[in-house]
This record gives sequence, structure tokens and C-alpha cells, in this order.
Amino acid sequence: MKKKNQASSANRYLAVGLAIFCFIMMGLSLISDFVAAPFRGIADLTIIPMQKGINQIGMWLSDLNDNFETLQEVKKENKKLQEKVDSLVIENNNLQQEKYELERLQELYKLDQNYADYPKVGARVIGKDSGNWFSTFTIDKGSADGIRVDMNVMAGSGLAGIVTKTGPHWATVRSIIDDESNVSSMILTTTDRCMVRGDLTLMADGKIRFEQLENNDNEVAVGEQIVTSHISDKYLQGILVGYINEINVDANNLTRSGYITPVVDFKNLQEVLVITTTKSDMIENPEDQKSQDDQNPSGESGNTDDSGDSQNTEE
Amino acid sequence: MKIWIKIRRPLITGLLIYFFFLLQCTFFAALELGRVKPDIMIILTAAIGIIRGRKEGMLTGFFSGLLIDIQFGSILGLYALIYLVIGYANGYSRQLFFDEELKLPLLLIGGSDLLYGILVYLFQFLLRSEFQFLYFFSHIIVPQVIYTIIVAFGLYPLILFVNRKLAAEEKRGASKFV
Repeated sequence: MKKKNQASSANRYLAVGLAIFCFIMMGLSLISDFVAAPFRGIADLTIIPMQKGINQIGMWLSDLNDNFETLQEVKKENKKLQEKVDSLVIENNNLQQEKYELERLQELYKLDQNYADYPKVGARVIGKDSGNWFSTFTIDKGSADGIRVDMNVMAGSGLAGIVTKTGPHWATVRSIIDDESNVSSMILTTTDRCMVRGDLTLMADGKIRFEQLENNDNEVAVGEQIVTSHISDKYLQGILVGYINEINVDANNLTRSGYITPVVDFKNLQEVLVITTTKSDMIENPEDQKSQDDQNPSGESGNTDDSGDSQNTEE
Repeated sequence: MKIWIKIRRPLITGLLIYFFFLLQCTFFAALELGRVKPDIMIILTAAIGIIRGRKEGMLTGFFSGLLIDIQFGSILGLYALIYLVIGYANGYSRQLFFDEELKLPLLLIGGSDLLYGILVYLFQFLLRSEFQFLYFFSHIIVPQVIYTIIVAFGLYPLILFVNRKLAAEEKRGASKFV
């Protein structure tokens, strides 16, 4: 009997000890990042290789599945696509001409930040959040591959999320439909600013909310594009977030809000593109953004190296 | 030889945690139904607690939660604490547990999952002043409990089987050496 009591009190001490350990870790990780670093290293050695492996098996299976699609379907699609390619080539030629014109004009105005040309790195999605409350996922590139916290993540042509955590060979991305996500955005046509907020109650419908859009004379219609805004300090300007699905004037008559259909299909994310410049890099030295990922990650000596005469923007 | 018997159980439990975590964020993430997926880490933690008692349930929960914290948590230690509490609480049921019974463990696993959902809501949503508890309760917590119980039908006997194998060999080893 005495022995049993001893065992149960030892259990209790262990439970209390571990709980205190948890509390200390929570407190420390609120203050700084250094506690989490060794744990991330351990995860890198143990979990990540297996996740990559399982992911590869999954991709192989889905490839196999794709092969069963009938040849006829593919042929039909090919014909349709060929027509589309033709029309797009023509369109592309026209756009190219306009692009050269635009470049020339931009040079005249010394506006050489071309927002469409952010340097990107491809990565694979290897794991999803273990619970049902948040919408985060892990990718197979990390700090050793040049990924840093706050880098924007795209999937296809739209904004998918932002890097919140990096390990040596993995990184966690919080998607924009996550309940904790807030993206400062704007309407593409009118450049009116609004906030795009992820919402757990809307996640099932595949929509996100936008709010705090000024209720001014600018008319905003359903179907218009919403892109990331120029005042955001985390998100780079001009990345497509989604299309307006519904828009209403709020009860206060000062602002408008509504719903957006995001361009990214968050259910079937497989590959993403990580933009390797962050907004803070661009604010610190806007000229250096394109050669950013090559040599100088801190980006301090970049100003003297290649500042051509046409690139000195006055601020 | 004796050392091998001593370290075998922690080793195999560790491997179980490892593989369950991998399956949780790859295979079971693909089995998502209506935006809800089962939580097999809860199944493992509760099952070890039920079968082996407070100490092992607590340790299993702690390490399972820690893995989740490292990859997905916003602060380190929160999930570790939640899973630790779940493992420890389930350990109390060891005395009233019959080997062949399946109803009680499933009930406990369901209860654990309910507790987990409510705790996550309290710490991660209520503190950010999201007050739609009823919506979250009916759309996320309860569906997750049901889905987890269904999956536990398959997984709990598996964990029980592994445990029984280990226990049988331990007993044989003990009788041989004593």
C-alpha cells in the first residue's frame, strides 16, 4: 500500500514538473525565438525526411490515377488548348509591345520596381496542420535554402500565405484563410484600401472576408480583383488575393465590407512559390531587391555595388 | 538482455508517436471530410493512458503535443500541456477498465477529444475575442469528436494489440530471469 502511494505521488510530481516545463517554454517563446530553435533542428532530422517520403508516395499515386484518364479526353483538351495557345500568342505579342512601351515610360519616370517580377523559389507542401482550427502547412524548404520568416508564399497566380516559422529544411506557412491572418489589400481598379481577414466560420465555404473599405464615390462591382496593398509592412504590393464575391455597405454608412473568393485552391495545395524578398528588404534598400538572394542576405553592402545612375530614386 | 526489455516499451511507444504524427499531417489530412479530420494523436494519448496508466499517458501526451507545437503551434508548449492533461486524466480510468471492453475506451477518447476542442477554443480563440462558441462547437468540435471515435474503432484495438504483445513478452522475460 505504501509503495503504491509512493508511485502515485511520484506521478503527480512528474505531471506538475512537466506542466511547469510547458509554462516556462510558453513564456520563453513569447519573449524570444531561441528556445524553439533546437526543437526545430530535431524535427528537421526526424520528421521532415519521412514527410517528404510520404508526400512522394502520395504524388506517385495521384500520378498513377491521372494516367487512367482516357486518351480521348486528353486529345479533346489538347485541341481546345491549342486554340487557346494560338489566341494567347497573339495576345502575348500585343502585350509584349505594350510592355516595352511601359518599360520605356517607366524608365523615364524612374519607376523601376516591377512588381510582377519578384524572385521566387518553388517548394512542395509536405504536411498540413494536425488540428481542425487553423490552416497552416509545412513546405520542404527552410532557412538552409534561404527561406526566412515573413516571406510571401504564392500558389499559381495568387497569394497563398506567409512564412511564420523556419527550420533548417522546412518552414511553416500560415495561409490567408487562417483565422489569425490579416492582409492589408486594395481594390485593383480604384486603389481603395481594405483589410482581408481570414475567418474560421467561412473556411468551409471557401471564402474570406474583407472589411474597412471606404464608402466613397468609387464604384466597386462584384468580380473585381483585390490585390495586396502598398502600405502593408509584411505583404509585397500587387499580389492577387481574390475576386469580390459580395459587397455591402456597413451599418455605419462609412465603410463597406463583403466576401472574396480566393484564387488559390487551398484544399489541393501541392506546390507553392516562395517570394525570396520580403517587404522589409525592399523598404531598406529598394535597388537591391533582384540580386537579393545571391550574395548578401543582410543587404547592407548592396547599395554601393550596383547602384546604376538610372536607379537613384529620390525619396 | 534485461536492458533490452526495459527500453523496448519506451522505444516502441516513441515509434508509435512518431508514426501517428506523420500519418496525422499527411494521410489523415487527405481524409478530410467537411473540413474536419480525425485527431489520431488524441486516440494514441488517451489509449496509452487508459491501458498503461497516468505516467505513461502523461509522457505520451507530452511528447505528442510537443511535436505539434514544434511544427504548427504558435507558441511552444501549449499543445504539450493540453495533451499532457488529457493523457494524465485518462490514466485514472485504468482501475475500472476491463481488457476486452471497447465501449468505455471509445467513450473516453470521445470525451478527451471534446475536452481538447474546448481547450483549444478557450486558449486560441476566446482570448482573441472570438465569441461564436456555438458555431465552433457544432461545426468543428462535435464533428471532430464523431470522426475521431469512428477512426478509434480501428486504431484502438491496434494499440491494444501492440501493448498486449509487449506485456506478454515482458511477463515471459520476468519469469525467466527471476
